[in-house]
Amino acid sequence: MKNIKFLLLGIFFAIVLSKSQAISWFRFYEMFRFQSFHMFGIIGGAVVISAFFMQLFKRGIIKDTQGNLIKPKEKEKGFVRTIVGGTFFGIGWGISGACAGPIFVILGFKFLPALILLISALIGAFIYGLLSKKLPN
Amino acid sequence: MDFIFEPWPWFVGGPLIALSLVLYFYFGKNFGTSTDFETLCTMAGAGKFSDYFKKDWKERDYGLMFALGLVIGGIIASNFLIPDQTVNLNPKSVQELTEIGFLNVGNQYFPDEIFSNEAVFSLKGFLILVFSGLMIGFGTRYAGGCTSGHAITGLSSLQFPSLLAVIGFFIGGIIAAWFIIPTIF
Repeated sequence: MKNIKFLLLGIFFAIVLSKSQAISWFRFYEMFRFQSFHMFGIIGGAVVISAFFMQLFKRGIIKDTQGNLIKPKEKEKGFVRTIVGGTFFGIGWGISGACAGPIFVILGFKFLPALILLISALIGAFIYGLLSKKLPN
Repeated sequence: MDFIFEPWPWFVGGPLIALSLVLYFYFGKNFGTSTDFETLCTMAGAGKFSDYFKKDWKERDYGLMFALGLVIGGIIASNFLIPDQTVNLNPKSVQELTEIGFLNVGNQYFPDEIFSNEAVFSLKGFLILVFSGLMIGFGTRYAGGCTSGHAITGLSSLQFPSLLAVIGFFIGGIIAAWFIIPTIF
């Protein structure tokens, strides 16, 4: 069971998101209406602290459990794909109040709607896979 | 113990999300949740239809374990750790949502107008969920990441594509919250 640590980390991450209300539909509505600092504080705080650790990874001060240098995967470049893909994602996120990780967490709160979201998201990812070579980058 | 049962402020949630990311990388893998959508497609046999999904899902089984953990964590949190789901919203948000017909705004994490059985089994409610899900799944794979992969991992490692993607997330979210939600409700 070499992956048990990822299972435990998933449980931890889900509890953090749940307890800090970062899975609440209302919190995302508030965020996109710029009416609350809460979600900006959470995401911004996570980014700033992660950026500090990214520097430690980069300099090899923290290595992974195997002793390898930690290097985040480079994201695919392309203006259209990131802006258009991002906008599509944002529309889905803004309406449903759920992004990828929270969909799994919400299964534990509101099973049926989250299951519909998950299956539809898988179909969406599948459609992307079918079209991936034809779409502009 | 009281702390466990009260809502956690942003300055607790933010750092603990960062800790999750650090551990994910420390365990030797790249943090990002929406890759698991692809892995699940591959498991379901999507490789028969497109080479895009012809990958060995077993190489990404750690992500599926993480996703399973998310579900278990959600069950634990909803049943044992959140006795009161009230969300302390900006009164303006409450007022706006009430004006377009939402009831009991902020009394629980998820509005009945989208997440109740009544909504799910109505044609409109079902279509809202399906449309959102399709946009999330398609959009995140086209953009190459979601909130965890782009907004947190990508921005913190100073990757330019992630900045563009996050700008896209907000364009989409603003369209949804300012135009789509007031129109469909």
